[in-house]
Amino acid sequence: MALDEIKIGGLGASRRRVEDNRFIRGKGNYVDDVVLPGMLHMEILRSPLAHARIKSIDTSAAYAIPGVRMVMTGEMMAARNLAWMPTLSYDTQAVLATDKVRFQGQEVAAVIADDPYIAKDGCEAIIVDYEPLDPIVNPEQAVAADAPLIRDDKVNQNDNVVFDWEVGDREGTDRAFAEADVVSKIKLHYPRSHPSPIESCGSIADFDRSTSKLTVYMTSQAPHIVRAAVAMVAELPEHMIRIIAPDLGGGFGNKVPVYPGYVISILASILLERPVKWIEDKTGNLISTGFGRDVYLDGELALRNDGKILGVRMNTVSDHGAFFADAQPSKFKIGLLHSAFACYDIPTAYLTNRGVYTNKSPGGVAYRCSFRVTEAMFFQERMVQAAADELGMDQAEFRRVNLVKDDDFPKRTPFGFLTDSGQYEKCLQLGLDAIGYDDFLKQKEEAKKKGRLLGIGISTMTEPLGAGNSREYDILGIKMFDSAELRVHMTGKAILRTGAKTQGQGHETTWAQIVAHELGIPAEDIVVEEGDTDTAPFGMGTYASRSTPVAGAAVSMVSRKIRAKARKIAAHLLEVSDEDIEWELGRFYVRGAHDRGVTIQECAMAAYSNVPDGLEPGLENNAYYDPPNLTWPFACYIATVEVDPQTGVWDVLRLVAVDDCGVRINPMIVEGQIMGGLTEAYAMANMQFITFDEDGNCVGSNYMDYLLPTAWETPGFELHEVVTPCPHHPIGAKGIGECATVGGPAAFVNAVMDAVKDTGVRNIDMPLLPDRVYEALQTGQDVSGAPPVRNR
Amino acid sequence: MTSLFEEVPTSVDADVPTTRVELKLNGETRAAQIEPRLLLAHLIRNGFQLTGTHTGCDTTNCGACTVLFDGQPVKSCTMFAVQANGHEVTTVEGMATASELHPVQEGFKDEHGLQCGFCTPGMMLSAKALLDENPNPTEDEVRWALSGNLCRCTGYQNIVKAVLWAAEKMRQDGSAGDEA
Repeated sequence: MALDEIKIGGLGASRRRVEDNRFIRGKGNYVDDVVLPGMLHMEILRSPLAHARIKSIDTSAAYAIPGVRMVMTGEMMAARNLAWMPTLSYDTQAVLATDKVRFQGQEVAAVIADDPYIAKDGCEAIIVDYEPLDPIVNPEQAVAADAPLIRDDKVNQNDNVVFDWEVGDREGTDRAFAEADVVSKIKLHYPRSHPSPIESCGSIADFDRSTSKLTVYMTSQAPHIVRAAVAMVAELPEHMIRIIAPDLGGGFGNKVPVYPGYVISILASILLERPVKWIEDKTGNLISTGFGRDVYLDGELALRNDGKILGVRMNTVSDHGAFFADAQPSKFKIGLLHSAFACYDIPTAYLTNRGVYTNKSPGGVAYRCSFRVTEAMFFQERMVQAAADELGMDQAEFRRVNLVKDDDFPKRTPFGFLTDSGQYEKCLQLGLDAIGYDDFLKQKEEAKKKGRLLGIGISTMTEPLGAGNSREYDILGIKMFDSAELRVHMTGKAILRTGAKTQGQGHETTWAQIVAHELGIPAEDIVVEEGDTDTAPFGMGTYASRSTPVAGAAVSMVSRKIRAKARKIAAHLLEVSDEDIEWELGRFYVRGAHDRGVTIQECAMAAYSNVPDGLEPGLENNAYYDPPNLTWPFACYIATVEVDPQTGVWDVLRLVAVDDCGVRINPMIVEGQIMGGLTEAYAMANMQFITFDEDGNCVGSNYMDYLLPTAWETPGFELHEVVTPCPHHPIGAKGIGECATVGGPAAFVNAVMDAVKDTGVRNIDMPLLPDRVYEALQTGQDVSGAPPVRNR
Repeated sequence: MTSLFEEVPTSVDADVPTTRVELKLNGETRAAQIEPRLLLAHLIRNGFQLTGTHTGCDTTNCGACTVLFDGQPVKSCTMFAVQANGHEVTTVEGMATASELHPVQEGFKDEHGLQCGFCTPGMMLSAKALLDENPNPTEDEVRWALSGNLCRCTGYQNIVKAVLWAAEKMRQDGSAGDEA
């Protein structure tokens, strides 16, 4: 009999997580938990200044401390051609500063010692003589004529512009604006934020001179990319490099880049021939590693009086900090910012982006985001609400007029992406019904009479998740496919490895469910391993919601290869030809004779004990999957809020989420991803941002200043689902890990802006801190969150 | 490190004093000779090699290092190890018996109260401390009790459900309020 798929933990089962068994016992294995014999400890000395010339570094007092083994400086790195390293965006980044420091927190020296306390003592004993230079933290000031040159290390770099980039149809868009009844304009800043996993970054480098093998335990979401990078940067042979990403305490994009600390620990281990552990403290993580966002928008929508959007114009400026170290596909300078307006039927659009250098930390990582789509969708949904207000139209109706209709797929987006599936209006309606839209509008009017400010905000969006295809998506030229390798043992148990790297998403649970779905092997009989480049097949790692769309698809495909071979074995065992074999979950049988069958487990045993002539033994295979397109989940988030006019504090009354991520492999895990994403969305709308004072001091360099929501502030969420299978994914799944982070912020901000609409205020930049909301209410003016301009 | 052999630095700085600390760790009396500046989190993690206690922020904010100190949740990253002298410390490794998980551990798994797992040990110990004092908390009481523990993955909703699940189970088992 065919198996009950839910009972074996297949597709659609809310299977409890396998990885939890170790985590709830405190038996996770994070980088800082790894202890190697003879291990030394490294600490990094960081620059206290945002912009300064290094005149001298005196390490003698550090060397005098018992237990200090080595002090590393930029000069030592330069002697080995390692003072600078390439970034993921074809720029260079200082490993240890040689000439200047260019942001507060930049790596200046490193101390390697017998224990981490001595290493810290060593850092405090180093004397660095700095000559302060003018810092720039505001991108507008960075491109002013008299701005000091930040990247004077680069040949032919005469200003602080990183690049200018454009996409779309400029002339067509100009024509649309010329024909418009109304042009709606808005200026926005998506502030700099930090992904801030609770576990900071770290590495343990272990170079073995006798074998020439370098093993590095590392907090990496993409260990194979790191192996390639180390091979190229350190000029070590790739087969002698083993990167192991053990359990990760969160990533959210922060653990994609290669950081100076990793490189320094590697060189230290090579020089000292001892394992060297570097564990970054929280301040180091917040002030020096990959940030997210920091993009300014000057946006315009060309509108017809009946609400139809005729064209989109987006002029944007992005602040990349001191080094252009964005982690993103190489063809797109500002990620997939041009995925904006993908869910709307708009004939023409044009986007420009200017990237600038400032004296801030580098990064520009995809913070729980598929490469700048978070900014794209926030800008989109804020522009949409501003336009609806401008036309005096209901915000839900305005969206309904412009959303792509179900039978329009496949549909080109205004900037040329191809969306392939969705039921947008159904999701919107489900959300409106769930929140009780019409009733709330009445409540809001009633409340207004009593001086209470209620507001409702909507955010609808589809976003491109799961890069590649490899025609368009690569990182440093490496195509963005992914992989899976499946070995079925003779007793029918199996081990699966992929090129992705879980960091809380639950791959150990869900990948086994895909195999169970394809082969009928119970999920509990399949162990999943990731993160060790010596054993896992090559893959591009986990970020940009690409695991299920790409590696997950590879798991399906390799399972199907296994099934195809098992079918041949089944035919042999049943003594019929291949064509006479039918499949049902977990079992092959003879067509027309359902009771004559063999299980997948019996086929596995035969693969090692009774193979037909001409068939190679064993039951193992691998698959490299290059998706034909991105996946396009859709989401509708609706928030209701109350703003306190006395204090500017706002509370979330309700948050309704409708997500369509196609087929759900494990509904429990999907909902967990959505709730986590909504919390980060709420955080960005409400409290979480990294800014700088005019001297370039990072405000937000620890958890006392960088506010993350706790269980107390975080609102409850009401989740709903619609399922439109992805037409090209083997099991119809789409990405989901980031939808709520991407679409969520605009729902909260739109709700607050709706509450204060009568004051004439059109925008308050995130986060909507009480003082900003209060200021807006008092002045009736928009409130900007741009960092200060320095008076010189 | 054994009593047979311990390597010592070749250039001993005679001025570095050490002190003896003795505590009851997960019910077992343990002692160590330590530098006075050693933090409790590092004594637990690096000294006694119980790595379930994580250090996240080093500033008493994130709560990943939460342990129970004489039954009360404390953040071990900003306590000196010497302050634990003569006290009882419970870490995540002390929550389960060999054969049985603590209901809070079961609840976290059953309600999907964790994702990356890094905040989980501290979160569970804060929850255990709450339930030891208040066997029937409201959702608000759970949220308040956990407000010193940060989680970046879950959004807390399932953590709250997990704690309420555990409270229910402990009340049914009659183990609520028992301080083993």
